[in-house]
Amino acid sequence: MSSSVVHENSATPTFYVVDEHDHPEGGSTMFGFWIYLMSDCLIFAVLFATYGVLGGNYAAGPSPKDLFDLPLVAINTSMLLFSSITYGFAMLTMDKGRIGATQAWLGLTGLFGLAFIGIELYEFSHMIHEGATPQRSAFLSSFFTLVGTHGLHVTVGLVWLTTLMIQVKRYGLIAANKRRLMCLSMFWHFLDVIWIGVFTFVYLMGMLR
Amino acid sequence: MTTARTDDHSHPDDDGHAHGSLRSYLIGFGLSVVLTAIPFWLIMTGALDSKQGTALAIMALAVIQIVVHMVFFLHMNVRSENGWTMMALIFTLVLVVITLTGSLWVMYHLNTNMMPGHDMSQIP
Repeated sequence: MSSSVVHENSATPTFYVVDEHDHPEGGSTMFGFWIYLMSDCLIFAVLFATYGVLGGNYAAGPSPKDLFDLPLVAINTSMLLFSSITYGFAMLTMDKGRIGATQAWLGLTGLFGLAFIGIELYEFSHMIHEGATPQRSAFLSSFFTLVGTHGLHVTVGLVWLTTLMIQVKRYGLIAANKRRLMCLSMFWHFLDVIWIGVFTFVYLMGMLR
Repeated sequence: MTTARTDDHSHPDDDGHAHGSLRSYLIGFGLSVVLTAIPFWLIMTGALDSKQGTALAIMALAVIQIVVHMVFFLHMNVRSENGWTMMALIFTLVLVVITLTGSLWVMYHLNTNMMPGHDMSQIP
């Protein structure tokens, strides 16, 4: 008893965990990125709620039926869907370590994403040309905010995609690049999930009003 | 104890995130094409007579498609990160449901009850 007390007094006390276990680099990146996506999901939830509340206030202006061009939205949706599957193929070829094929699939994904943004910008400019600007009514303000925020996310995704293609070209499929590509994969598929909500609640439900 | 420690702290190379196979991506893609085409077809042709029925149908299809994307593209499962991914998702979904239903419910009642010209003296 007494000997153990003496022993404890003689030893330098430590007030932190000495047994520092090994945290591999990037070990928690995927989960952290998932938390980011969840917070992004809340941003979209608030924008959807705003659109749900204000979507019927036309201020005697144009309604969804006057503005929305469903065949165009269908083409846009298919662009995003195709880009999702091509990104999936990029991940599969990445697992096999084939740099050339990965780059080709990533490039194709980027082209589909560009087509999506192009069609959306065409739709926006067409609407603004007809006088359906964000200032026209509460419906149009919330519409442009919701769909524009999604479009902005896709644009940022395209910048990220280009950056990663340059990274892969320079350094190859190293562990860090694989991790980054997996994060972008989650981001890209997540944007596709948000788009399901957009085309259902904004475009299709808009035609029912 | 020792085995539990190594299980907790030695992260495998893929961080516990399944990558999916060619087959799962193709199944997911096929399902999403069908689940996208049906609602567009319902609205563009007006196949269902009742508006309410159409609205319910396309909302149900959207929910199914979101689940399909989550499982086949985002590889959601209860195992990744010891279940914490799923826990974060469930928490977010609860907040999303509260935000959406709460906003729509409160603002709907504000609109119906507080419109100008509404006779407040009628309310006991």
